[in-house]
Amino acid sequence: MFYREAGDFKTSYSEDNQTFPIKFDRWRYYFVLLVAFAVVPFIINDYWVNAVFLPFLIYSIAAIGLNILVGYCGQVSLGTGGFMAVGAYACYKLMTGFPEVSIFIHIILSGGITAMVCVAFGLPSLRIKGFYLAVATLAAQFFLVWLFNKVAWFYNYSASGQINAPERTVLGTPITGAQTEPWAAYLFCLVFVVICAVIARNLTRGMQGRKWMAIRDMDIAAEIIGVNPLRAKLSAFAVSGFFVGISGALFFSVYLGAVEVGEVFGITKSFLVLFMVIIGGLGSIFGSFAGAAFLVLLPVLLKNVLVGTLGWPTDLAAHLEFMIVGALIVVFLIAEPHGLAQLWRVAKEKLRLWPFPH
Amino acid sequence: MKMKLLTAAAAAVMAAAPALADLVIVDTSYRTGPYAANGIPFSDGYQDYFTLLNERDGGIGGEMVRIVECETGYNTEKGVECYEATKGEGALVYQPLSTGITYQLIPKATADGIPLHTMGYGRTSAKNGGVFNWVFNYPANYWDGASLAVTHIADQNGGDIAGKKIALVYHNSAYGKEPIRTLEGLAEKHGFELSLLPVDHPGQEQKSQWLQIRREKPDYVLMWGWGVMNQVAIQEAVNIRFPMENFIGIWWSGSENDVKAAGDKANGYKALTFHNLGSDYPVYADIQQHVVGAGKAAGAGDQVGTVLYNRGMYAAMLASEAIKTAQEMSGTSDITSAQMRDGMENLEITEAKMAAIGLPNFGPEFKVSCENHGGNGFGAVSQWNAEAGSFELITEYYQSDQDVIGPLVDEDSAAFAAENGIEGGC
Repeated sequence: MFYREAGDFKTSYSEDNQTFPIKFDRWRYYFVLLVAFAVVPFIINDYWVNAVFLPFLIYSIAAIGLNILVGYCGQVSLGTGGFMAVGAYACYKLMTGFPEVSIFIHIILSGGITAMVCVAFGLPSLRIKGFYLAVATLAAQFFLVWLFNKVAWFYNYSASGQINAPERTVLGTPITGAQTEPWAAYLFCLVFVVICAVIARNLTRGMQGRKWMAIRDMDIAAEIIGVNPLRAKLSAFAVSGFFVGISGALFFSVYLGAVEVGEVFGITKSFLVLFMVIIGGLGSIFGSFAGAAFLVLLPVLLKNVLVGTLGWPTDLAAHLEFMIVGALIVVFLIAEPHGLAQLWRVAKEKLRLWPFPH
Repeated sequence: MKMKLLTAAAAAVMAAAPALADLVIVDTSYRTGPYAANGIPFSDGYQDYFTLLNERDGGIGGEMVRIVECETGYNTEKGVECYEATKGEGALVYQPLSTGITYQLIPKATADGIPLHTMGYGRTSAKNGGVFNWVFNYPANYWDGASLAVTHIADQNGGDIAGKKIALVYHNSAYGKEPIRTLEGLAEKHGFELSLLPVDHPGQEQKSQWLQIRREKPDYVLMWGWGVMNQVAIQEAVNIRFPMENFIGIWWSGSENDVKAAGDKANGYKALTFHNLGSDYPVYADIQQHVVGAGKAAGAGDQVGTVLYNRGMYAAMLASEAIKTAQEMSGTSDITSAQMRDGMENLEITEAKMAAIGLPNFGPEFKVSCENHGGNGFGAVSQWNAEAGSFELITEYYQSDQDVIGPLVDEDSAAFAAENGIEGGC
């Protein structure tokens, strides 16, 4: 009944090749965008922005970035936390060094800087593969965190080693700092999320994405059919680094406002984003969103239900939260090893036939 | 999926926020994670004292205190979530017990008009109330702690520590880095040699740091540790047979659960403190009767009288005294967070007040003012007695080196003011 192609005629190649070829799917997508841009900003408050929307949006960008590297190109990376830190520190240095330039440009530049760092750490991927590459990127994680702790230039020689986001505005509206209105921070991040998702989606279904997937599926065969592994792998590292850098910059400047590298961008962050990608679905842009939503929103929801509604002690709730989230991850992965994105695909197939069984 | 979650979360949040006209105290505690061993006793003490006031006196000035607890896990992201979730309930003061979360909350709380009390932690230069209007760190701060430790070492050496080697083992975070600037200033003044040994979060791995100490043989080791890092450091010091009386921790590295794991060998370990220890005070009888005996104790109720329990209780006592001051000043018992700020800024702790509460001689006397949000920097040194199983004060309360700290506070707060475009001044 839903998601049916019947009666949905295409008369040109561009129509045939669009992201959402099914009319129902396309309208649903426009509807979500409309709600996100035109409805949500009017009804959210500080709590919703800072506890739910900002982390969800920012982690989504990070998950998209990592999904390109791990899900599409097959290069396992455990350095996401470190690369996010590069984005955050690049953004901080740019914000304090060039206060007259728009924060919008700073965040894009931070993504570019992270892309370069990411490529540098991606060079070993040409020789080492699989788990060994994971270990090499793990080294990047530890090295980068150590670097930002050790070299005082990165945090402008402040006594505490923390970086603090000064107030910056876009079109006269504060985006960073304490005076930020919830809707402004939300919209700012939402714009980045939409742009990143559209770019990622179009990259992955174009020639570049096919090269990455060829490398992922079998790199020797890919080389024989004419894919240059050097360029394919390094471009995946660069694009992934760009997105992860943007998310790190937003994480620091818009969401937290003050960052301590060891705590915020530690190894746990790398694992968190990797889990988002795995649970959401490797090689799926929607999966990146689903994974981020699962791991960001579920703990907040559980906390509010257990402590707020049921009135349980906070420590008991915190422990139970770990157990429930952990159990759900196992259940989901047993039910569908290809992640939430695959569940969604199956659901769509079912909905297409519903209510008739055949 | 997403939408369903959102609606459910919305319902949960709405159900979680009843509006009541009470004095709301938020306890951002951490009872889980690598810092829980230290977070639990502090939170128990903080909550039990307010419970005592409710049970015994019917609240403060006739107004009941409502405690809202929120678990942060010493994690800044959860700390922000807690702050946003609870600020709407009319919170009077935040006591985040985490320097990282404090740094996050300073701009937010200032914009929202809610005072922060970072007792003995947080941003040291918040002492300058002209710049940090909403932040208080009385009665002592990290730079006081650094100076107190160095003064103690100097006293032990007849005042001359030129050429001595002092190592600082610190948590590699804003918390642990705070004292470095002061120690460098003091090293210049006293002519001792300072070496820095960072330990990364959470601090379970310290073999290389202590190997370095074994090789360099510093005369004294200072420690800025928290949570599991304390236990590991003290165990490592025992393992390399470092003389424990030359090992001095900040006040956050001197509680029973930090030293007990290392057994008898930890005997003689020293830690600073800015309040008294033990449970030999009249208020404990009341806590036993009205709180623990009545089954209303926070947590398991087994922490009463430990160092960090006392500190939590001391923090609650300072908060309740500030509430009383605010109630007197504003003439209303149901105060707002802005009136609370004024109460904190005019807080005066005297010996007579402490005796009346049942805590005679418990901490130093001090008076808060707009120029000085940080107290006078008095502290004492305590030492672990493994046989008795308790920390004991071995010095009188003495003041930190204000000649070194004063200019540093001015410099750092001026930098913050310039960064954020604050006029400053009282």
